[in-house]
Amino acid sequence: MKDVLSRWLGETPAEYVWMFGAAFILMGFMLVSAIFFVWLERKVSGRIQDRLGPTRVGGKFGWLQTLADGVKLLCKEDSIPGNADHFLFRLAPYLALCGTFAAFLALPFGNHFVAKELNIAVFFMLAVLSSEVFGVIMAGYGSGSKWSLFGGIREAAQVVSYEVPRAMCVIVPVIIAGTLNLNTIVNQQKGFFWNWYIFHDPFTFVAFWVFFICGTSSCKRAPFDLAEAESELVAGFHTEYSGFRWLLFFMAEYGAMFAVSAIASSLFLGGWNTGLLPVELSETFLGPIFGNLINIGVFILKGWGGVFVMMWVRWTLPRLRIDQVMMVCLKYLLPISCVLLIGVCVWELVATSASWNTSNPVGMVIAIVAAAWQYGSAALTIGLSVWYVLKMWRTPSLAPPGVTGWAHKAPIAPGELVKT
Amino acid sequence: MTLFEILFWIAAALTGLSAIMVVVTQNIVRAAAWLLFTLAGTAGLYFLLASDFVGAAQLIVYVGGTLVLVVFGVMLTAQGPFVNLRTGAGEWVFSVLAGIALYATLATAAWVTAWDKSEPQEQDAARSSNIAQIGMALTGIREATPEGSITGMPIKPGSPPRSRWRTAYLLPFEIVSVHLLVVLIGAAYLARAKRRKAEGATP
Repeated sequence: MKDVLSRWLGETPAEYVWMFGAAFILMGFMLVSAIFFVWLERKVSGRIQDRLGPTRVGGKFGWLQTLADGVKLLCKEDSIPGNADHFLFRLAPYLALCGTFAAFLALPFGNHFVAKELNIAVFFMLAVLSSEVFGVIMAGYGSGSKWSLFGGIREAAQVVSYEVPRAMCVIVPVIIAGTLNLNTIVNQQKGFFWNWYIFHDPFTFVAFWVFFICGTSSCKRAPFDLAEAESELVAGFHTEYSGFRWLLFFMAEYGAMFAVSAIASSLFLGGWNTGLLPVELSETFLGPIFGNLINIGVFILKGWGGVFVMMWVRWTLPRLRIDQVMMVCLKYLLPISCVLLIGVCVWELVATSASWNTSNPVGMVIAIVAAAWQYGSAALTIGLSVWYVLKMWRTPSLAPPGVTGWAHKAPIAPGELVKT
Repeated sequence: MTLFEILFWIAAALTGLSAIMVVVTQNIVRAAAWLLFTLAGTAGLYFLLASDFVGAAQLIVYVGGTLVLVVFGVMLTAQGPFVNLRTGAGEWVFSVLAGIALYATLATAAWVTAWDKSEPQEQDAARSSNIAQIGMALTGIREATPEGSITGMPIKPGSPPRSRWRTAYLLPFEIVSVHLLVVLIGAAYLARAKRRKAEGATP
């Protein structure tokens, strides 16, 4: 992108324009998708808990509900408790938001369509995402409240532990790719969906799920939202926050959810590749501009899909206790990810020696097994997912006739829901 | 002023000023917050110099790990709501002396060293091969220094060939790994659940 700009504007003005333009676009995307996620969260939770969620604001589906919430939050009193450490209390929300935003800088939305293409993009994103936790801990400590302090302590313990299996699961596809450059990693997965790294071998298949669990935990989403735990700690680290500062924490949380889902989709699910075409769109007749527009759409949809799964999990599973959270990480996820790391190294060593050459029967068998796993697991997973979605689609709704959660048309008259 | 210079001065001022604030601040968690800016500013300087790996490692090790542990430790051990450090006059004197000594050493080293003034080969972070070279050198595939002693120190040109090792960072890397393993085992030993002594034993 910068090359195109520098052709028009010369070297330095192009850099300025690119710098501020990219930051502006990314910030806008992050905040707008957070607005969308808040609405989606309400609708999904309503659906799962057999209620409607917002229906009125903005006409259909309550789609303007988040804006109304935002206006309400901006009008709220910005209160700071007298006991609080004012400096830390004010600093914390910005730190959390900055950590999340920095992750977007290295996120490739399309082929070479990235604010700053880094050779070590994966490592950079992990680093800045793990610095987001510092804002939460600052908030927990600086609020001068015991509920916040407990939230902060839990968050610190949880994030420091879950960082380890998360990083190890990231290394699994990196070993196959041989690079930390996200752009290259995604480009290696182009073509049909069986080229995605999740279907590469059994270890990457498990690594995807372990990474997603750790990512959910690092975004402090239920069932790992021990830092908030509203049934025990009032609201955890943001108990004392209101108004705009509270809003910033939630922007950071939803931004981090998208960032983690986007890393997962880049590393394992083919990133901006549709998986249904043999070619990569920006390299076809569509050209780098129009092809990349479709790529960006696919990438954002995959990221949103990951966020949707996180919401689904949140409203389905109950919250764990803190000792259970630590046990899941240290006793299960950590050994599993160690095994995955060794396993993928062995698989790579063995699979590179395998060939279809008939003079080497062992290599032939290994190659057949690897190919069978790749196509078999891909076909099975995609087939099961499609079957499940179709089955869900055909399941009749339990709601009374004329009332559906997603497509409610007119405001409900009082008492309408009761008279089934 | 180019963009690079502007960004350099911003990052350098951020690093320096917040480093002073770390020393001046009495409250330990506030000091940690200022230290965050120092470390982030240093990471920013690394990013400006196109050594992204070092910058990201700085962030993940110090900001994501060490600082979080500092604040975590304070939160777990603090008696009152906010912990203040009281520094005596004697401590000030010694720390100022130590600081001046360290600064003199570093400044002398920076002054004496003949810096390689040639332009860096690749400024573009996306295409630089720094990280691949570091990885190769750490695992011993690529030679880190064409000719060097096993300690990694440069050797004099005239020394006998027997003392020359074509070496990588594999040995230092392994030593550091073993050291970390020892630390981990020690931490696990200290943090283990203590067994009760046998009944009747005097405390």
